[in-house]
Amino acid sequence: MKLIDNTKTPLNVLDSIGVEDEGPVKGYVHSLESFGSVDGPGIRFVAFLQGCRMRCQYCHNPDTWNIGVGTEMTADELLDNAERYRAFWGETGGLTCSGGESLVQIDFLLDLFTKAKARGISTCLDTSGGPFTRDEPWFSKFKELMKVTDISLVDIKHINSAEHKKLTGIGNENILDMIQWMSANGCDMWIRHVLVPERTDYDVYLKQLGDYIKTLNNVQKVEVLPYHTLGVKKYHELGITYPLEGIEPPTADRVKNAEQLLHTADYTGWKTWKPAN
Amino acid sequence: MKQLDKTDVKTYWEGFNGGDWQDEINVRDFIQHNLTQYNGDESFLAGPTEATTILNNQVLNLKKQERAAGGVLDADTKVVATVTSHGPGYLNKDLEKIVGLQTDKPFKRAFMPFGGIRMAEDALKSYGYTPDPEMHKIFTEYHKTHNQGVFDVYTPDMRKARHYKIVTGLPDAYARGRIVADFPRIAIYGIDALMAAKKADFDNIGDGEMTDDVIRLREQVSDQYRALNDMKKMAASYGFDISKPATTAQEAVQWIYFGYLAAVKTQNGAAMSVGRIDTTIDAFIERDMKRGLLDESQAQELIDHLVMKLRMVRFIRTEEYNSLFSGDPIWATLSLGGVGFDGRHHITKTAFRFLKTLDNMGAAPEPNITLLWDEKLPEGFKRYATEVSISSSTIQYENDSLMRTEWGTDYYGIACCVSAQPIKDGVQFFGARANLAKAILYAINGGMDEIGETQVGPETEPITSDVIDYDEFMKKFDVQAGWLADVYVNALNAIQYMHDKYYYESAQLALKDTHLDYTFATGISGFSHAVDSISAIKYGKVHPIRDEKGVAIDFKAENDDYPRYGNNDDRADDIAKWLIKYFYNKMNTHHLYHGAKLSTSVLTITSNVVYGKNTGTTPNGRQKGEPFSPGANPAYGAEKNGALASLMSTAKIPYHYATDGISNTFGVTPNTLGHDDETRKDTLVHMIDGYMENNGMHLNINVFNKETLIDAQKHPEEYPTLTVRVSGYCVYFADLTKEQQDDVIARTFFEEM
Repeated sequence: MKLIDNTKTPLNVLDSIGVEDEGPVKGYVHSLESFGSVDGPGIRFVAFLQGCRMRCQYCHNPDTWNIGVGTEMTADELLDNAERYRAFWGETGGLTCSGGESLVQIDFLLDLFTKAKARGISTCLDTSGGPFTRDEPWFSKFKELMKVTDISLVDIKHINSAEHKKLTGIGNENILDMIQWMSANGCDMWIRHVLVPERTDYDVYLKQLGDYIKTLNNVQKVEVLPYHTLGVKKYHELGITYPLEGIEPPTADRVKNAEQLLHTADYTGWKTWKPAN
Repeated sequence: MKQLDKTDVKTYWEGFNGGDWQDEINVRDFIQHNLTQYNGDESFLAGPTEATTILNNQVLNLKKQERAAGGVLDADTKVVATVTSHGPGYLNKDLEKIVGLQTDKPFKRAFMPFGGIRMAEDALKSYGYTPDPEMHKIFTEYHKTHNQGVFDVYTPDMRKARHYKIVTGLPDAYARGRIVADFPRIAIYGIDALMAAKKADFDNIGDGEMTDDVIRLREQVSDQYRALNDMKKMAASYGFDISKPATTAQEAVQWIYFGYLAAVKTQNGAAMSVGRIDTTIDAFIERDMKRGLLDESQAQELIDHLVMKLRMVRFIRTEEYNSLFSGDPIWATLSLGGVGFDGRHHITKTAFRFLKTLDNMGAAPEPNITLLWDEKLPEGFKRYATEVSISSSTIQYENDSLMRTEWGTDYYGIACCVSAQPIKDGVQFFGARANLAKAILYAINGGMDEIGETQVGPETEPITSDVIDYDEFMKKFDVQAGWLADVYVNALNAIQYMHDKYYYESAQLALKDTHLDYTFATGISGFSHAVDSISAIKYGKVHPIRDEKGVAIDFKAENDDYPRYGNNDDRADDIAKWLIKYFYNKMNTHHLYHGAKLSTSVLTITSNVVYGKNTGTTPNGRQKGEPFSPGANPAYGAEKNGALASLMSTAKIPYHYATDGISNTFGVTPNTLGHDDETRKDTLVHMIDGYMENNGMHLNINVFNKETLIDAQKHPEEYPTLTVRVSGYCVYFADLTKEQQDDVIARTFFEEM
């Protein structure tokens, strides 16, 4: 598989997803993981959907970037697979869609989560918000999606838009707009932030981010995710340059510092959080 | 059974709720009437007393010296171990609340020749001790051993199967073990009542018509009676009279331990289980607390000191044995928890106290703590248990609902590492394992052993085609597997017969009913490799690569994405289900000693390394000499869909056919379980609940980073008590061989995506 296929832009691929056949919407799935315990509340079945238009420097799944490739699956196929693990989920676990960037395949996602909720499966969206727009028909689909999403893990890559652009290739205006909308519309969230030395690990930005999160409603948990180097191997295998070559994971002290600046201890909703039925 | 003479023991039972247990030997009934459930958390627990800390440091220091001395600190060379062979031994008489050692000194290993004199001598020699020539003369010229008996009757076929390691680890030179004695009987009834009951049973065996069965049982019960009397003598040498029921909790723990001590003084078994003693001890503790005789710290001290003794049990074994079962295990398996048929869980404060020993005295492999898990166990206990798992990796979890249903009793214990056994009246005849991965190669090579290049199995036409034809293969596999089942089961018939004759477990069996149900335990090794190999042949178009003699020494699958066991893929998992039933039924066509019922297991302990070493490259791509995956675990690298998919595959193996256990060893890094302690505990609780709900049988849980193990291999002195769970038991990582350490490190660790 060619890693970055520039002949297909996100938008023209989106146009074609789900309308090629008369049958049910199909998703492009990168991989499935039966045991996710750090991908939302409880134990979760994680579907890594293919495709992302951000190019985060520390992305550890560059093999999920390409859009319009991967294993084609219908929502029911995916849910049949996931449901075999129901006994492990308890009251809080369920299905998480991650990526890539799940919102790239919003039609499929909407179908998937709607059907999941109908089956009594709790839904969790892991997103960086990149595809968010108030343009129609996308915005309406997003609003529908939020009705069938129990909780979202929103990854804020950088609070400063210019820095965000350097780090990911795009600015963060639409992402913060999405978070604003979710805050105003009762959507439960975990906010996550990857701490990368020389990129995001600056007190001034961390403080700014901490202040910003404080203004939000419905935040159940705030997590600092220390940057790790597990993804480097994939870059080497794929033959692409790793942009953070030589940068080491942050020290325990810096992680603690970030946790303090983001006031992570203040957000305790996750401890008692249960999905809506 | 004769009515107990209550006038004699009644006063000892004051403070307990009465029941049938007062009229007959019935520990289960005692528990039913005297169970104090505990639904809280661990906050009531007490830390170690000063005496505990002093004694524990002494034990840790002895362990250190033992390791420095090459594994054995001291060994008897001329006193044959019996219940009464040694005078009393102590760590520190003034501080020990529970006393008794196997020999007269701590860590001094006893001389146990009844399993086989050569084995006993080789064991001594391998640690630099000189066996006594007089002993050699006695046990070769005057007294036959179990080992001699077995080799007197083995057929050439059995010797060959053993030599080429298609069957390995047979208990033909060491004790079979795996008997869970009903030790609480001593505390509740005292030895005199147990002797009276055995006497009454004896008088009732047969009507004078001396059939083989009647003669055997009358002799066995006589031996049991004598063993009970010896226990009294042994206890007396420590200053205790155990003829009557225990009057205090301290006595109860001591009485129970004396029973266990009698067992480990006489049998060097492949598993010396402690059984299920938590609820009985708890009843005595509760009674003492109500009487104001005991506080929490004193109660904990009793449990700590008992556990300390269990950690000190030692046997001297040969290098061959150690390479099979590494790390000096004795499998003092201790079963905790469970749920009764009446729906009440059996979690008492004492179940917590046993877990607390790992905190008070540090992690250690013995006793082999086994939680009989049920969804109905109280949340506080579940969370505490997982907390202990995360910090020490010393607990195994077994499916209580599955076992009590299958065995028809809620008073069973874990024998050996994983197998359940009714404590009152069940006994397992342990029988090692047959190598099914090798049988696959025999099918391809016409019964020729791929390593020895000698005809071992029945001579059939080898498969010579470029691609192995599935139907041809299955036909030939049937011939080889049928032969293997035959030679294996019949070797075990000989072994169990001779063990009863020359190395009968009179002390342990004295503490069970006279009339017993026997299970004939067999086992399978190389399970995942056999399953994946069959799947490769069925779905993958396998090309064998042959040497000049025509023996297949390597394989290439044209379609490498054939289904593999460990992915919750029914195409492979159905082969797994089929294989277990198939081999069970093959073995079940044969005569089984003592009218025993056939049972089998998919558990390997650490023998997966040795079995793998002696097995050529298998069609699933496992290379010659590479370790098998342990127990019922999927093959290394076969799992592609994460931990739960892997667990689901194992859970599908039907327990009804493998009632001796289906072992799964699960390794996970802390960060994969969650980013904080609470989440980690939650994750484990849900994982175990989910596995059991899907009929998963057994789960070893190891929580640590791979880097920790690599560092521990390099600097063992910095990790003296790092404990890991291997298939069915626990070992100090530092006590494993280099190969086994590598194996543990290489095993699948589920890591964060």
